[in-house]
Formats: sequence, C-alpha cells, structure tokens
Amino acid sequence: MSELLKIEGLTVSPVGAPDKLLVNDVSFSLAAGKTTCIVGESGSGKSLTALSVMGLLSRQLQRIKGRVIFQGQDLTMLDNEQLRQIRGKKIGMIFQEPMTSLNPVLKVGYQIGESLAVHLGLKGDALNSRVAHLLEQVGIPASRADSYPDELSGGQRQRVMIAMSIACEPVMLIADEPTTALDVTVQAQILELLDELRRRLNMGMLFITHDFGVVADIADDVVVMFRGQIVESGLVDQVLHNPQHPYTRALLACVPDAEGRKPLRPIDYAWLNEEAPA
Amino acid sequence: MSEIILSASHLYKTYRQRSGRFGFGSTVIKALDDVSINLHAGSTLAVVGESGSGKSTLARCLLQLQPLDSGEILFQGRDLFKLSANELRHERRHLQMIFQDPFASLNPRMKVGEIVGEGLLIHSTDTPSEQRKKVLSMLKRVGLEESDMQKYPHEFSGGQRQRIGIARALVLEPKVVVCDEPVSALDVSIQAQILLLLKELQQEMALSYIFISHDLRVVRHIADEVAVMHNGKLIEQGKVSDIYAAPREQYTRNLLNSIPGRKQTAAQHV
Repeated sequence: MSELLKIEGLTVSPVGAPDKLLVNDVSFSLAAGKTTCIVGESGSGKSLTALSVMGLLSRQLQRIKGRVIFQGQDLTMLDNEQLRQIRGKKIGMIFQEPMTSLNPVLKVGYQIGESLAVHLGLKGDALNSRVAHLLEQVGIPASRADSYPDELSGGQRQRVMIAMSIACEPVMLIADEPTTALDVTVQAQILELLDELRRRLNMGMLFITHDFGVVADIADDVVVMFRGQIVESGLVDQVLHNPQHPYTRALLACVPDAEGRKPLRPIDYAWLNEEAPA
Repeated sequence: MSEIILSASHLYKTYRQRSGRFGFGSTVIKALDDVSINLHAGSTLAVVGESGSGKSTLARCLLQLQPLDSGEILFQGRDLFKLSANELRHERRHLQMIFQDPFASLNPRMKVGEIVGEGLLIHSTDTPSEQRKKVLSMLKRVGLEESDMQKYPHEFSGGQRQRIGIARALVLEPKVVVCDEPVSALDVSIQAQILLLLKELQQEMALSYIFISHDLRVVRHIADEVAVMHNGKLIEQGKVSDIYAAPREQYTRNLLNSIPGRKQTAAQHV
C-alpha cells in the first residue's frame, strides 16, 4: 500500500488567537487508489483540514504547526507558485456548492478546459476533444460544452465540477461535501461516478462528509473529527460497526436508519465532556 | 384508524415560468396535479419527493398561504376555501407551520419573547400576563430558558432557533402543524434532538403533523404514513412500513435504493 498523502500534527488557529485550536494536532494518511472519509459535525474542523492540504486557508486563519506530505514532498514548504503547479494538476478539488463554484458568465466547456490549457498546454482541437471526452466521462453530452452554468441542473453542475477536477487526471481528489446539496437519487449517481473514476484513474480520494450513510457507501478508511481533533480513525467496517470512542458511538446513534429499527439517541454533550475529554 | 382531521382533494396549482434565453417565452409548470391527501388526527403524514416535486407548494397551499387553482381542503369538516377572510384568520391558529431555515424564518429585529408571543397577541383573549406565562412555559418545554425571552435570534445556534420556531408554532395549541423540512439544515445530533422533541410534543398536545422532507431516513423514523410526490403528482401513498418494505412504483423504489448506506446494510442482511 503506497502512501500518497500524510498529514502530521496539523494545527490551525485564527490569526491573533493562537490558543483557539480549530484543527488540533491532526494526523492521518491516505493511500493511493483508496478513499478516506473525514466525518464530523459542523465546526469539527473537517473542511479546514482539507483546505490546509491545498494551502487554501483564508487569511484570517493560520497553520501554526504540522506537515502535509504529498508524494514525499512537504506542501507546507512550497511557495504559492509551486503550489499552483500541484493544485488542479496533481490534486483535484470539488467543493460543496455547485451553484456558486462555477463562473456564471463563462461556458462550462471553457471552464473545464482552463486547467488543461494551463497545466498541459493543450489548445485548439486537442483541447476541445479532451473537454468533450471529459464531459462524456461524467455523463453529460459533449454538446453541453457550449452551455452556461445556469442552463444546467444542480446535478449536472456538480458533474461539470467533477469533470474540471479530474481534467488533468490528478493522483488525488479532495471532495468537500460534494453531494450535500443534491437530491438523493442524484447523490447516489454522483457517488457512483466518483467511485468509478477513482478506480479508473487510481486516485486517492479525501472525502469530507457529515453523513454516515455516504461513508458506508464509499469509504475505505474513516477519520472521525470532533472539536478540531481526531477522536477515532480506522477501517470503515471497524469504525461503523465496532466504534471505540464514545463520541463515535454517540454520533452513530443519532443517525436514523432506513429500516426504522433502532431508536434515535441524541448526543448528551454534558456526559461526553466528562467521560471523554479528548 | 382515527378520524380524518385534514383532507385535501384534487388540488391543482400551476406556475408560469419565463423560459428561453431572454425570458420572452413562458412555460406552465404543474406544481400540483390532482393531489389528494388525508391526514388522520394525532398521526404524522410525510410528504417526500425531490426538489421540484411540488412538496413545498403542497405545504403552503394546505395552509392557504398560497392560492390554489382548484381543489377542496376540508379542515375538521369545513372547507377552508369557502371561509371569509375573517373566519380563515380564526382557523389559522389551529393550522401552524414550522419552517425549514431557522436563520431566515425568525425576524432578526424581534426578541424571542415577542416572536413566540405574537400569535397569542393576535389570536388569544388572555391577559398580557397570562400570555407571557404561556410563552414562557412553551419556551421551557422546547428547552429554552426565561432569560432567552429577551434575546434576539442571532444569539442562538441553528438547533436552538429551530426550537424557537417550534415554540412559535405550538404556543397557539394548534391541531395541525405543517413541518417543511424542519431538520434538513441541522447536524445529525441536533436533528435527533429536534425529531424526538417533535414526537414528544405530538403525544402531549395531540398534534397532527404534515412532515415535508427529502430525507427518507428521517421520514422512516417520524412518520406513520407517507405520500411520494414526483413532478407535481402524488404517485404513491400508504403506511410507512408497507411502502418501505414493498414500494409499488418504480420511482419510489429508486428513491429508496438511493438512500446512502443502504447498499451496505442490504448486503449485511442477505
């Protein structure tokens, strides 16, 4: 199992408040061709962890320590110019909101082709045929390259986002809640598409979600985050069916099951604070 | 089964939408196309469907928040359509709504005590001090405190705001509550709290719920009956346990198969 990404002791805080640890000493790794899910509630630090990998933290936040080693190279040591060579080429990224992540005044074909032109120097017919091929790969007719984002449905826009993120055949894909805004049937299609692309391109996938159902469907490994820290990590079957940490157990007990067999149990945070000081 | 408290039959509602690149054309969208439902007293009827299926339109039309093109809505035997404005206003205290977005549905310039008490101001004949007492006990029942009455909505988290929305709807002691995606904006742990609260309140106050949702796991948990909508049509309706076990329509089957995590659980039970 070859290691693609390794995060060591990643710690993030707001600028000016170095004691407030939004991401606190997070370490885990991702193997080539595998899917690791980061799961947690809002404010748990899962998105910040992903943004830190790409060096995309907002200016109000700072990484105060930790290393992000991608293919043996420490990304935190690189300057912006060097990072730009990696972003979009070796690491693809998909964001949550397909409505706001696309530029409304540019045709989707152009937007998909942008990274191909920048990173691979493609142009003209070679570029167009590659864009057409990408659109077909994500299940959109190639003729849609001339459409504007507002002419596409939510699911189609997310497919365009996926086409953009895999345009340069990255070795790693970071997906931050890519299906949260979508209907369930569309969500199921998108998850299947991502999984198929992962297998075909042998990508490592870092997948951020709050939904344990999604985790069960696509993860190989799971990292559970709570208040900026990892409380539990391991193989998907182990974490879902034999959770060790009280928070993981409590969080799983909140998820309604489709069979309606188990009673819902909300998290008792007072209990958790006493029983499980992270 | 208990008596029918709210009955809607043959509801039609169309929207006109601009179409074409510059919006010169117009298309008619059938948001409700011959929809009929029955809500039994004290039970929960879930309306499920994907975006654009017409489920929120149904919710708003049932409460007469939006005019119907045609159809009949009987609440406790009276046709809401035929009531005068005054009579309708009187009936509204029995028909309340809990909204999806706890951030957009509370007036940011009003204190929580005012938000929850406003309905009583309009509908109740109680004295101000009795009204205040009712507001306070309702807030306490949903898990908030006396001091919260003086606060503004922005001082609360999403889950707490949804509790305020619930208190606002229930302080009038309604009979039917339409819940439009009440937990879809919340974290799972908060979602579980709110779902349990809604269930408890239903028992205590003998409420009947229409529960609009796209989340079939939540629906399985809270509803007694389920109605599946697709493109403005009601395509399947029945007891939750029956429909989840043996959906008749292909569309319902697709929806159920798309529930995340089902692949794995299905594999386990084989």
